[in-house]
Amino acid sequence: MDKNVKLPGTPYSSDDFKKGKIPYVEDVPKARYTWSAGIAMSRFLEELKNGRIIARKCHECGRVYVPPRMFCSYCFRPTDEWVYVKDTGRVNTAVVSYIGADRGKLGEPLVVAVIELDGASEGMGILHKLGNVDPEDVKNRKVFNMRVKAVWKKPEEREGAITDILYFEPIE
Amino acid sequence: MRMNIHFKNRVACIGAGLTLFRRRLFETPRELAWEAAKQALENAGMELKDIDCVVFGSAPDAFDGIHMQGEYMVDGAGGYKKPFTRVYVGGGTGVFSVIAGWWHVASGLCDKVLVVAEEKMSPALPHPQYVFHHIFDPITDKPLGVNLIWIFALEMHRYMYKYNIKKEDIALVSVKNKRNALDHPAAQLGAKITVEDVLNSEVLVWPVQRLDISPVSDGAGALILTSEEYAKQYTDTPVWIDGVGWNLDTTYWTNRDLAFPKYLYYAGKMAYKMAGIHNPRKEIDVAEVYDPFDYKELHHMEGLQLARKGEAPILTREGVTERDGDLPINPSGGLLGVGNPIAAAGIMKVAEIFWQLRKEAGKRQVAKDPTTGLAQAWGDLMQIGTVVVMRV
Repeated sequence: MDKNVKLPGTPYSSDDFKKGKIPYVEDVPKARYTWSAGIAMSRFLEELKNGRIIARKCHECGRVYVPPRMFCSYCFRPTDEWVYVKDTGRVNTAVVSYIGADRGKLGEPLVVAVIELDGASEGMGILHKLGNVDPEDVKNRKVFNMRVKAVWKKPEEREGAITDILYFEPIE
Repeated sequence: MRMNIHFKNRVACIGAGLTLFRRRLFETPRELAWEAAKQALENAGMELKDIDCVVFGSAPDAFDGIHMQGEYMVDGAGGYKKPFTRVYVGGGTGVFSVIAGWWHVASGLCDKVLVVAEEKMSPALPHPQYVFHHIFDPITDKPLGVNLIWIFALEMHRYMYKYNIKKEDIALVSVKNKRNALDHPAAQLGAKITVEDVLNSEVLVWPVQRLDISPVSDGAGALILTSEEYAKQYTDTPVWIDGVGWNLDTTYWTNRDLAFPKYLYYAGKMAYKMAGIHNPRKEIDVAEVYDPFDYKELHHMEGLQLARKGEAPILTREGVTERDGDLPINPSGGLLGVGNPIAAAGIMKVAEIFWQLRKEAGKRQVAKDPTTGLAQAWGDLMQIGTVVVMRV
C-alpha cells in the first residue's frame, strides 16, 4: 500500500471535544473491588506487619519465591515450606520517575527499583521505592548492584501492606 | 517442545486493510472495524458472504470502557451470525489474532477467515496511561503507585546496564522509525527528527523520554486468510504464513531476566521450527518487530535471534536495519512512527510484511528482494511474544 492511498478515519482534536464540536456521551464507572489476598499473600501481608518478609520454598527445584506462592510455577506442584528472607538485598535495576500513575507530574522525582532480596532465589526481585539515593547515581548507573535495606513504618503504623516498607535505602 | 508441523492446510494471506492511525478518531470502534474489514475484503476480491469465520482482537476493555468488547464488535467486524472469536493477549493481541486466524484455516476447520483488530484508546480520561494502572498486581505493585512506563524504564535500564548500551544508540531507533513513517498512509507521527531531539525531549521516567515512546492512538486493521486451494482462486500473489509461535512468561515480572526476553526467544523458536528456518539472521529478509518503545525494537531483535545479545544497537548504528540495509527492521515506521492503536498496530505490522513481500509497499519498499519476512508483537505484563513468519 503506497503512501498516497487515502485511508478512512476522521481525526479530531481534544479542543474540538472541549468546545462541543464533537457529539459524545460521558460516564464514570463507579465500580469498587475487594480482592481477597489468598493463602500465600495473606501470610506475606501479616508478616509485613511484623517487620518481616516471608517466602515459600519448593523442595523439588529449590526455588525460594518472593512474593510467596502456594504452588511452584516451574514444577507445578505445591511449594513445601515457609522461609523468611532478609530485608536487605541488591538493586537489579532502578529508574527515576517524574510522573505518577495518571501520568501527572510528580513534585519530587521518585526512584523506584527491582530489588533482589537476600535469601530469595537469584532473579526473584520485588518492586519498591528507593530512598536517600541521588537520581544522578541512577543516571550514571552507580545504583546497579547497590546494597540496600528496608526502612519500615513504625510497628503501630503498619497495616499489613507492601507500603509497610516505606522504601529501601543504601547500606552504609 | 514437540510440535506437529504437518497441518491440513497451508495458510495464505490474500488481502489487507487499514484505517488512519490518529490520537483521536471520530468513528466508533464498530465503524472503524467496518472500514478496515471492508477494505481487506475488497483488496482480496471477496464479499462478507465468502467468509467462513471471523477472528477479532482488541486490547484491555478498559480503554474504550466497553466490557464485552468482542460481543459489542461482532457486527462491525463482520462476524454477525458467523462463528466469531475474540482473542486478547494485551499488546501481543494484533499478531495473536492472526495466529488464531491461522489455526482456524491450518486445522481445516475453515477455508476463509477475516481477521480484524481495532483499538480506541482516546475515550479514557484524564489519560489512557491511567488505565494501565489496573493491570498490575493489586497487592504488591498497585499500592506503590506503579505506572506502565516505570516497568518499561526498569527493563530498558537493565538492558542498557547489562550490555553497556548508550541512550544515543537507542534513540536511533526512534529517528529511523519516525522517518520511515513519513511514507506510510496511516501514519500518525511520521517526522524527521534527530538523536538530539530524542535526548532533549521530556524525561518521563529516566531513561525513558517522550520521544522514546509510541503515541496513544485510535485505529483498525484487517486481513484475509485462506487455505491454499482458495488462495489460488482469488490471487496470483498469495503470501504464505509458514510459521506461528507464541509464548507467555509469568505476570511476576520482577522475577524475570529483564535484559533478555526469553518468552520471545521461545515464541520465535516455535515459529522458526514450523517454517524450517535454521538461521533467522540470514533467512529473514525483513522484519516488523514490536516497537512501542525504541529499546524494545532492539530487545526484540535479540529475543528473535535477529541479533546476538547486545548486538542490536550496533547493527542499528551501522545502518543494517534501515530500509536499504541488509536486515530492514520496521520499514513501515512501526508503532513509534505509524502509531500504536494496540491490537490494530499488530495487524499493521503483519500487513506491512504482506505488502513488502508482494513488492506493494511503494516508497517504503525495502532495497533487497525479500522472500521471507517476520512480524512480531509483545504485551500483557511484558510477558508474551507473538510471532508470524511469512513467505512468497
